[in-house]
Amino acid sequence: MTATITSPDTIEAAPARRTVRPIPTSRLVKIELRKMFNTRSGFWMLVSIGVLSVIATGAVIIFAPDSAVTYESFATAIGFPMSVILPMIAILGVTSEWSQRSGLTTFTLVPSRGRVIGAKAFATFVVGVASMAVAFAVGALGNLVGAAINGTDAIWDVTLAHSSQILLGNLVGMAIGFTLGVMLRNSAAAIVGYFVVSLVLPGILALLAQVRSWFEDLQPWIDWNYTQVALFENDTDTAREWAMLASTTGIWIALPLVIGLLFLRRSEVK
Amino acid sequence: MITVESLTRRYAGFTAVDNVSFTAQPGRVTGFLGPNGAGKSTTMRVMVGLTAPTSGSATINGVRFADLPNPGLEVGVLLDASAQHAGRTGREILTIAADTMGLPRRRVDETLELVSLTPSEAKRRVRNYSLGMRQRLGIGTALLGDPRVLILDEPANGLDPAGIRWMRDLLTGFAGQGGTVLLSSHLLHEIEVIADDLVVIGNGKIVASGSKEELLAAAGTLARSTSPRDLAHALEQAGIPSTLAGDGSVRTDADPARVGAVALTAGIALTELRSAEGAGLEDMFLSLTADTQREGVAA
Repeated sequence: MTATITSPDTIEAAPARRTVRPIPTSRLVKIELRKMFNTRSGFWMLVSIGVLSVIATGAVIIFAPDSAVTYESFATAIGFPMSVILPMIAILGVTSEWSQRSGLTTFTLVPSRGRVIGAKAFATFVVGVASMAVAFAVGALGNLVGAAINGTDAIWDVTLAHSSQILLGNLVGMAIGFTLGVMLRNSAAAIVGYFVVSLVLPGILALLAQVRSWFEDLQPWIDWNYTQVALFENDTDTAREWAMLASTTGIWIALPLVIGLLFLRRSEVK
Repeated sequence: MITVESLTRRYAGFTAVDNVSFTAQPGRVTGFLGPNGAGKSTTMRVMVGLTAPTSGSATINGVRFADLPNPGLEVGVLLDASAQHAGRTGREILTIAADTMGLPRRRVDETLELVSLTPSEAKRRVRNYSLGMRQRLGIGTALLGDPRVLILDEPANGLDPAGIRWMRDLLTGFAGQGGTVLLSSHLLHEIEVIADDLVVIGNGKIVASGSKEELLAAAGTLARSTSPRDLAHALEQAGIPSTLAGDGSVRTDADPARVGAVALTAGIALTELRSAEGAGLEDMFLSLTADTQREGVAA
């Protein structure tokens, strides 16, 4: 065994500076998660997920006919507010750096913008999964309470596979919001943009499919809403349907995200 | 040390920063001066990687800012105190920054104390902060990581007189310990008091740079006497051109010792004799940037 002996005089009399280590990605994700909820708007978004889940559950118990008190009713009722709020969280997580100008600090502390956006994407994913877990749990509780009130057995008519499709559908919505955030880098524009692509665009495409028969076959391959609804309804089974989902994801998420990121990395942060 | 080499940044149609080169030395406060829109902020944004240069480079101790592994620990940056999420509390903003740099949370409290933000102020959201409080918070963010280099854009903006004094002492102390400070300002008096070196920029180009003494020496002498006309006359006799200002002061390009000697020979009692700093920096600034001033001030 050889021992390396460092004589004291070979140690350079460097100034007593700590060694600077690169910032680990896990730390960036943790910070981005914190930043999503440490503002007033972020906090209320988070609260509204819980509150709206409970309200939607209560509404099903109160208004739905006894025969409709099934887990699917609860999942659908809670799913609607989720599908609106989660994309907003995804949008604001990105755009607030520009609209609130906090990006000046963020991107000076972490000059690699790609890493910051990557951390934001992961944090958004975590929020999506966690929120849906909460929503499913609240719905389950509602189903038990509803059944108890009706004096019947709780009906669990949502399979695990369906739940994962609902989760995936919501993640697609968040990804669309995130993509718009990256492309537009402005809160108001991205939110308006989200409503355009999720409310206005499907109507136009459906109309087009009605009047032009050649488009009817094409629509499922380009209309991301069409494939998202299929996920919510547990209709994505065949390889062809998964390919349609991949196609709309490529057109509306992957491609614009790559283009948006290229611009974002080169753009000026003011 | 901050080194800027042949830095150019062009936008469609105009050149914001045109072949700018200068250095900010450790142990010195470098003042970065220029009229509105001269390219100060653009230069500073390029330094910290927020704006890509069209050509040229800016390095911190020889390394590009974007290549620093954890920039917050090496360079403290304040570009715009208002550029913060208005919905976050002051403490939260410092906490995020401290977490990003990997600093212990007690640094947040230390920094709040350093920049004199009280615990109750730190709990308020930034939207309710005055400009001065935002400025303190921004300076706090810059100092959080105990860096060796500071890049501050208009840090004195919005500070009250006590705050300006505090910042001046802070920056002088920082440079005294071997730190590098680059600060931009259009508050000429502030710069004059605090800066060791000056870089003057106009229309994107460096119009002057050097130590403050060097630059101001060129600004000449200001003298006052009970009879300014006689003094001006005596100087003229001695072959020193001078101008008699409306406020009764006499300015010349000659150094104070020579003016004093002339006055003594002529038997004129001087009430004031000094190198024309103060007004000197302002005159220098206006004459150097005359072509670039919006108001078209005659130099």
